[in-house]
Amino acid sequence: MDLRDTPEEAAFRERLRSWLEENLPTELQGHRGGEARFEGAALRAWSRALYDAGYAGLTWPKEYGGGGAPYSFQAICLEELARAEAPAHVGVIGLGMAGPTIIAHGTEEQKSRYLAPILSAEEIWCQGFSEPGAGSDLAGVRTSARLDNHRFVVDGQKLWSSFAHIADWCILLTRSDPKSTRHAGLTYLIVDMHSPGVEVRPLRQLTGEAEFNEIFFTGVEVPVENVVGEIGGGWQVAMTTLLHERGTLGFALQAALEVQVRKAVGLARDRGADPILRDRLAREWIELQALRMTNVRSLSKLMKTGVPGPEGSIAKLVWSEANQRVTKLGLELLGPDASLADANAPYGGYWQYQQLRSRGNTIEAGTSEILRSIVAERVLGLPRSR
Amino acid sequence: MDLTFTFEQDELREQARAFLAGRPEPAWEELAELGWTGVSIAEDAGGAGLSFVEEAVLFEELGRALYHGPYFSTVALALPALPADLRAEVAAGETSWTLALAPLVSDLDTADRIAIVGGDGIYELEGAEREVLATTDGSRPLGVVRGGEPGRLLAPTGVLAEIRARALTALALESCGVAGRALELAIEHVSTREQFGRPIGAYQAVSHRLADAYTQLELSRSLALWAAWCVAESDEQATVAAAAAKSSAAETAVAVCETAIQVHGGIGFTWEHELHRLYKRALGIESFIASGTRLRADVAGALLDGKRNMASDATSAPVAVRQGG
Ligand SMILES: Cc1cc2nc3c(=O)[nH]c(=O)nc-3n(C[C@H](O)[C@H](O)[C@H](O)COP(=O)(O)OP(=O)(O)OC[C@H]3O[C@@H](n4cnc5c(N)ncnc54)[C@H](O)[C@@H]3O)c2cc1C
Repeated sequence: MDLRDTPEEAAFRERLRSWLEENLPTELQGHRGGEARFEGAALRAWSRALYDAGYAGLTWPKEYGGGGAPYSFQAICLEELARAEAPAHVGVIGLGMAGPTIIAHGTEEQKSRYLAPILSAEEIWCQGFSEPGAGSDLAGVRTSARLDNHRFVVDGQKLWSSFAHIADWCILLTRSDPKSTRHAGLTYLIVDMHSPGVEVRPLRQLTGEAEFNEIFFTGVEVPVENVVGEIGGGWQVAMTTLLHERGTLGFALQAALEVQVRKAVGLARDRGADPILRDRLAREWIELQALRMTNVRSLSKLMKTGVPGPEGSIAKLVWSEANQRVTKLGLELLGPDASLADANAPYGGYWQYQQLRSRGNTIEAGTSEILRSIVAERVLGLPRSR
Repeated sequence: MDLTFTFEQDELREQARAFLAGRPEPAWEELAELGWTGVSIAEDAGGAGLSFVEEAVLFEELGRALYHGPYFSTVALALPALPADLRAEVAAGETSWTLALAPLVSDLDTADRIAIVGGDGIYELEGAEREVLATTDGSRPLGVVRGGEPGRLLAPTGVLAEIRARALTALALESCGVAGRALELAIEHVSTREQFGRPIGAYQAVSHRLADAYTQLELSRSLALWAAWCVAESDEQATVAAAAAKSSAAETAVAVCETAIQVHGGIGFTWEHELHRLYKRALGIESFIASGTRLRADVAGALLDGKRNMASDATSAPVAVRQGG
């Protein structure tokens, strides 16, 4: 047990800190996220700067543009970005899901082709898993991929696909064996979003923004070399994606929560807080430390044994509910100004937007109910509910 | 960045669990023979020269076993105030201590000697009358002392901050032990008890409550380990980490016991069942020294009232660089 940085970790942290001081544009500090990420080129340029300085894809293999660093460096990087209130890299799906899945299951050609442009933010990815009939129960996927002469022909509909409207590539879960049901007969494809037959329709979210979309596939041709893993073995590949989506190591979630808690503390210092709000704020600060230390436990087990500790499985569940509480606390600290929106609201409507957006946190990437069932069944070993 | 236990520390946990199973009231001399009373006492004073991290392992196990005796009062409360000769007696199992920090004093029924805070120092209290009071939690009785004379000056009051951090952290660790045991009983029960033709653990109204109990427990345990490391290293965050850990873990222990009682049904409400004793220890810990609400007021003070913004310093705390390995 030793919470201090090793000399290598400390040197890395020091270097990153001074890099951030020199390179983070002030106007990007404390960025609210959401749709505004893709307005103008500022955040893409910022993501590119992270990549050029070697801070994107720290744990990815060096030969594909990554840093080849241990997980602890990634944790430090996310902590320091949060500390500086620097915006995250725009390639959310590419960095968090598509990339790790390709690293785990992809061919040599796929790794050389796709990984570096994810890191440099030149190519944006989206995830096509959910469908009208397949949400929590992902094994209900029906979008079909018919193998025809070294290419798949894809027909079907995907739903709730974040960033599909600006994406270049999609990780798509399809049913390649029409006679199959449930977990068998699925194939995991990389689909060019600029292909003929791909139609994207933005869906407006309760925040008013349209960050997720419907995608319609009509006779879309996908070369067979775009299969990730085995034909018919898509379920296993999809599970790798979900593992990463739910933040195996949780440090990215912790960093996001840290920014919120820091801002809430700043707000309470600016505007004052009564004893009840002070108690709630202290509770959230404590919860953040608890999440951080839980991540450190899971990470140190991973670094020692190659397998992350089971406690890491609670990170997404804990973060999503904490973020909902903290953002609501932010509104309460604003008092009656909480009703104002956008430019009329204090801090440009930051808290109003964050609070509304947080309601999606317990639905996206596995609902809290599904995550509780996973903890109950896989960690506690309770009998299956289904 | 490492928050895992070593092989030796894991072995200590196993040894403690096996030793305490079914015997929650071992004699002080037995604990000394096991080396537990002198864990963090220097080797030249007859101790093992280890740290609070090893004591942390024991506190969690002692909590789990609902140990009744002066270990907490001696090791968490009194030890930092004791001069080397008296520490040697503790390591040898010759004496145990308690410390009168507040009117209600712990383990007066089992501790040999009493230290008391008075004015500028911590003194041994001699010739006092002890009265052990009835408490809901019978495994850690509280009492009051009357009369008596201050004897030897043991330490200046400067050590009180360290004592408070140690004590709060020890209580947090005990809470994790209590909650861990209650959760284990609940998991066992809901996996085997059947109603409506299925094990009750298959119902989400039951299983999700246990998933929440596990989640709370792991969060609290992470805080307790953080605090334990800070105490062991005399890290500057020890005070706030201990407050965070105790406020979280004691409330978690209460909540987990309540969940465990609920999912046991009628059997969970009986005097025979172990659960009510775990529950009462949890309630006792929650109110002892300072409740969760009280401690969060301290944390809020540190966050909001100080000149510097603690959130910006403590949250992503890169502590000093480790020297050597
Ligand atoms: C902001 C946002 C972004 C998203 N981005 C993407 C994306 O990029 N790509 C993508 O593929 N998907 C995306 N999704 C979709 C998301 O993964 C699904 O919404 C989610 O998995 C739930 O599926 P559903 O909407 O069909 O709800 P349902 O599965 O119908 O669930 C409805 C309710 O029933 C509960 N429920 C369902 N089954 C059970 C059960 N067995 N036990 C207990 N309760 C149950 C759920 O917890 C939920 O409360 C996004 C969603 C949101 C909100």
